Amino acid sequence: MRDFYGVTLSNAMMLGTAGYPSPAVMEAAFRGSGAAVATVSLRREAGEGQGFWSIIRSLGVRILPNTAGCHSAHEAVTTARMARDLFETNWIKLEVIGHADTLQPDPFGLLQAAETLAADGFEVFPYTTEDQVLAQRLIEAGCRVLMPWGAPIGSGMGLMNRQGLRMLRAASPDVPMVIDAGLGLPSHAADAMEMGFDAVLLNSAVSQAGDPAAMARAFALAVQAGELARDADPMGVRDMAVPSTPLLGKAWL
Amino acid sequence: MRVEVNGTARDIAADTVQDALAELGWAEARVATALNGEFLPSTARATQPLRDGDRLEVLAPMQGG
Repeated sequence: MRDFYGVTLSNAMMLGTAGYPSPAVMEAAFRGSGAAVATVSLRREAGEGQGFWSIIRSLGVRILPNTAGCHSAHEAVTTARMARDLFETNWIKLEVIGHADTLQPDPFGLLQAAETLAADGFEVFPYTTEDQVLAQRLIEAGCRVLMPWGAPIGSGMGLMNRQGLRMLRAASPDVPMVIDAGLGLPSHAADAMEMGFDAVLLNSAVSQAGDPAAMARAFALAVQAGELARDADPMGVRDMAVPSTPLLGKAWL
Repeated sequence: MRVEVNGTARDIAADTVQDALAELGWAEARVATALNGEFLPSTARATQPLRDGDRLEVLAPMQGG
């Protein structure tokens, strides 16, 4: 398991806290999956925030606050500072959204915000694309973890650009990377882990499932399977068939 | 004075952000604050004056992905 800013997680699954049918179901999803990190946000206090916070604290997981919904570097930096004040962690999942339909990161705003926050002592988890140049610039800005998307947030499409992600992984083998967003099925998570990513972050795939607790467990098993498979050194792919059963000793019929 | 709190105009008697939070019922609440669009650390609330027309954002932990 990789190191995320000096923290070794017990489980490579990070789970969001939004969109569950009830707080009890959310809690069951966390407990059933053993997810080690919970993402949370900041919104205007309207009476529900304090109760939500006590549930999250009782889970005993590490908190990763996000800057979801921010469309400019200034907005994201301000939100990150508010999150650090409230959640007392330097971790921040940095989202600077550039497009309303795809929720694709704005690479320019993202880099600007990452530079400011890293210089201010934050441990930035930038929500990015598979773009290698942007990844390199984020690393140079002080990011020691990257969070490339699998597909647009909430789409459930899985790994949209496997080749691009594979190249990103190969380009920076020592930088911990979390596939964040777009996963829909446990097989997508296993795929990401088999490809050498260090963790996955998901929310809708679990919270929108008919049985979120069961789906969370399924994802946890898939993540574990993918990780085991990667460490077991998978066989190479070939174009032609290679018989696995020995030909020697075959009867003459 | 009139202060915009989380997008709603409110009459506030308190003259610091910390006292305003207490007046609004958030004395014990775990919240983060921004004043006129800029981050206001919790440690600065007691000394931060509140003025007529100020825009105060009071944010709480919420569900997120």
